[in-house]
Amino acid sequence: MSQPITLKDHEKDARLVRQRVVVGIVFVLLLIGVLIARMYYLQVVQYEHHSTLSESNRVHVQPIPPNRGLIFDRAGKIIADNRPSFSLTVTRERAGDWRHVLDGVVEVLELSAEERELFERRVLQGRRPFEPVPIMYELSEEQIARIAVNQFRLPGVEVAAQLVRHYPQGPHFAHSVGYVGRINEAEIKRVDPVNYSGTHHIGKTGIEKFYEDQLHGQVGYEEVETNARGRVLRVLKRIDPIPGKDLTLTLDLDLQEAAEAALAGRRGAIVALQPATGEVLAMVSQPSFDPNLFVTGISFKAYGELRDSIDRPLFNRVLRGLYPPGSTIKPMMAVAGLDAGVITPKARVFDPGFFQLPNVQHKYRNWNRSGDGWVDLELAIARSNDTYFYDMAHKLGVDRMHDYMTRFGIGQRVSLDMFEEAAGLMPSREWKRARYRQAWYPGETVILGIGQGYMQTTPLQLAQATALMATRGKWIRPHLARHIEGERPVDPEPMPDIELQNPSYWDYGINGMEQVMHGSRGTARKVGDTALYRIAGKSGTAQVVAIRQGERYDSEALAERHRDHALFVAFAPVQNPQIAVAVMVENGESGSGVAAPVAKLVMDAWLLDEHGQLKTEFTPPLKVAGDQR
Amino acid sequence: MSANFDRILSNQDVLRRRASLLQRMHIDGLLMTLLLVLAAGSLFILYSASGKNWDMMIKQASSFGIGLCAMLVIAQFEPRFMARWVPLAYLAVVGLLVAVEFMGHTAMGATRWINVAGLIRFQPSEFMKIIMPMTIAWYLSARVLPPGFKHTFISLVLILVPFVLILKQPDLGTSLLVMASGAFVLFIAGLRWRWIFGALAALVPIAVGMWYFVMHNYQKQRVLTFLDPESDPLGTGWNIIQSKAAIGSGGVFGKGWLLGTQSHLDFLPESHTDFIIAVLAEEFGLVGVCLLLLVYLLLIARGLVITVQAQTLFGKLLAGALTMTFFVYVFVNIGMVSGLLPVVGVPLPFISYGGTSLVTLLSGFGVLMSIHTHRKWIAQV
Repeated sequence: MSQPITLKDHEKDARLVRQRVVVGIVFVLLLIGVLIARMYYLQVVQYEHHSTLSESNRVHVQPIPPNRGLIFDRAGKIIADNRPSFSLTVTRERAGDWRHVLDGVVEVLELSAEERELFERRVLQGRRPFEPVPIMYELSEEQIARIAVNQFRLPGVEVAAQLVRHYPQGPHFAHSVGYVGRINEAEIKRVDPVNYSGTHHIGKTGIEKFYEDQLHGQVGYEEVETNARGRVLRVLKRIDPIPGKDLTLTLDLDLQEAAEAALAGRRGAIVALQPATGEVLAMVSQPSFDPNLFVTGISFKAYGELRDSIDRPLFNRVLRGLYPPGSTIKPMMAVAGLDAGVITPKARVFDPGFFQLPNVQHKYRNWNRSGDGWVDLELAIARSNDTYFYDMAHKLGVDRMHDYMTRFGIGQRVSLDMFEEAAGLMPSREWKRARYRQAWYPGETVILGIGQGYMQTTPLQLAQATALMATRGKWIRPHLARHIEGERPVDPEPMPDIELQNPSYWDYGINGMEQVMHGSRGTARKVGDTALYRIAGKSGTAQVVAIRQGERYDSEALAERHRDHALFVAFAPVQNPQIAVAVMVENGESGSGVAAPVAKLVMDAWLLDEHGQLKTEFTPPLKVAGDQR
Repeated sequence: MSANFDRILSNQDVLRRRASLLQRMHIDGLLMTLLLVLAAGSLFILYSASGKNWDMMIKQASSFGIGLCAMLVIAQFEPRFMARWVPLAYLAVVGLLVAVEFMGHTAMGATRWINVAGLIRFQPSEFMKIIMPMTIAWYLSARVLPPGFKHTFISLVLILVPFVLILKQPDLGTSLLVMASGAFVLFIAGLRWRWIFGALAALVPIAVGMWYFVMHNYQKQRVLTFLDPESDPLGTGWNIIQSKAAIGSGGVFGKGWLLGTQSHLDFLPESHTDFIIAVLAEEFGLVGVCLLLLVYLLLIARGLVITVQAQTLFGKLLAGALTMTFFVYVFVNIGMVSGLLPVVGVPLPFISYGGTSLVTLLSGFGVLMSIHTHRKWIAQV
């Protein structure tokens, strides 16, 4: 390395850097000049303008909340609307000592200390400066008058008219449509703060929650000039809000009412689907509750009563209730067995009243202890013969059973737009190893065949599995929203249709279900006999596992609540399926005796006209020549 | 050249240097004085902006203490030492940024933090503000200036990797500052003017193309609100409308300390952090703003003097870039609060409340002091 060159380079580099520093200085001075010019413009040229704004008048931007979209049933009857309601608001900045003002409000309206505490919490919730916070809803005329008279000593307190969600149908749709409630701290962080700046309510459950974005709409705002005391002097600019979209449900109010009436006060769940479209026609979880209680804030006492009630009205039995499907799963198992080739339609199994695994002593009993003798597939479904299905399950094996039942939607969320649906459980070897660190036992396979054991399903899954029988494997996810202002909901991850080796396998399963209702040895023939149309059905019972510890009630009630749940699934008319129903009656004991009549009432309500005749549009295509009866 | 030697070797110089205690402590007196003035001013304004909140004052004062310590410690290291270790530090910080991407701590919608055993939480992107100009200065100081195409390209890659990583966090403000600090090294190193203008000219058609062919409507909407916040008065526009009113109502002499109405009535959000200049402008008027700008200008002038007097190319490039980046802080913050520039989260240096940015800035000044006080007179001979 020769020194002269290095030295020369240094000199050149230094010169270069010096030039650039000079450029930099010019650049800095220019931009600082720009800043000073800007400040001069704001503080000297526009001083008058800004000074008036800040001293005597203030510019406020007030959000205008959009009107929440309405919800209709499929016939256009109103399910959720917005009602004008007078609420009491407090603006903290204008109230001065706002706690003192709250004391004044409580005194004027003669309220309790508990309500005083509630008000304080509401005022303290996260919010924008100068935002009026509603602390009390649905003021009566008298309360408004009292506030007006005492206005002079309640600075910052105003009576505001605003639209509040109202559910005119009360408890009918509490479990499907859900309700809105006040936005809580966690939700404030999640939502777009700008769009919700004027909104005090947000969907908490059900459709209200699932379609919150569409129902809410887009906030508007107005820039207003107010005086120092907060009075609006004039509106400078206004951008109107865009109201939320109206939503039309697939549910039918009349059918919903009929289904609730069919349960006749019993606890239970009913789902009715239109098999071809996946539209949910009725969704009943009884007992229910009045969603209007939650909109303006439910009192601790009322909430406590709902939460602690032994009847569990807040519990959504359709979506969250998990029951072993029992015998209702047998038609789907039969289809699986046929497709896998482990049974044939005509092959018979002898039922001595029990089933035994090879070289094992344990007897798996048929419900009919004396045995049904030789049974083929159709009779096995019609008689709900357990032995036949023990045998079939043993031949099919747990792995294939898991595959087939998964394709029927068991053990996974099946709905398109229902909030907090439970997945249920379809057990497998892997699941058991992960869950219990145990191998799978052959005996567990055997009882899976009759829907017992680890299997857990929701009434919605049972209804969907039944609808799949009706549509011969065509998958459309059950959904509650028919359309949102003409836009139909789109399934982001559709389930694949169930394709069988031979489509006629469906017919054997369906025939079996039809024999349940109309066959001479069918388990539900008493109900089938009364029907004006052909029904394909299947009954079942779900064992009540255990009663929670520490609960106390009298022995009579205890015994009642230990009884099995009655299950029934069905679709009708067989030739032209219009409705698929799943019924669960809590502690109803008998699927065919208790749940089946309920299912028939629901189907009647949908299929029959006012004269008690099958509606003409639902009559099966004229192929009645081959009618067996 | 020979004249230069004469000056450096003169007895006078040697004596003066030996006499200076500050010099031996590696402190630059002028910078130190200006920084202390700013620190005092910051606490003064913060007292008003925070609504007389003593907790905040104590926190801010202790952050200043920590920052000054960091500055003094850094000033003790020789620039040569920094140049030796900076490539490793660069790789380490890039590694940390990647780690943030995968396992970082998320707060307020952005993933910027790393938790060490649940004890310390820090933002790797802050380190990059110092490491970035050092890295580029280290790289270019060993090359022939002005940088050719190859070295410019490699420098740009070195800048863009951390830029993109920080941008994804997302932290637009910091990523722009990091990019600026690297770009200023290239500028000081004499990057050819036609390349600079060429790049700027190329940005226009790229932006137009993106606008029409790549971006979705909602993205366009975001860009529009970003460029014109006042079109979104319920969101960021709210801050700008209010900060303009606060600044404008200050007038020439201001309303007086603690007498600002806008900031005290909760009109102005973030009045103690990014928007603190609005409080200053409201309470001390145009005069107050000009005084603050004067202090900043003196700091920048001193930084540029240090740049010119630095003896190594590494020192020159680094000092110049740090000083110019500091100016970008000032300009972007005041421009944003006064409604000239889009709102990006850049604090006002030394005035805004917040410990992290204080420590980073003071560390930067520590580097400047190190460059200035470790000059050698005879070594070059």
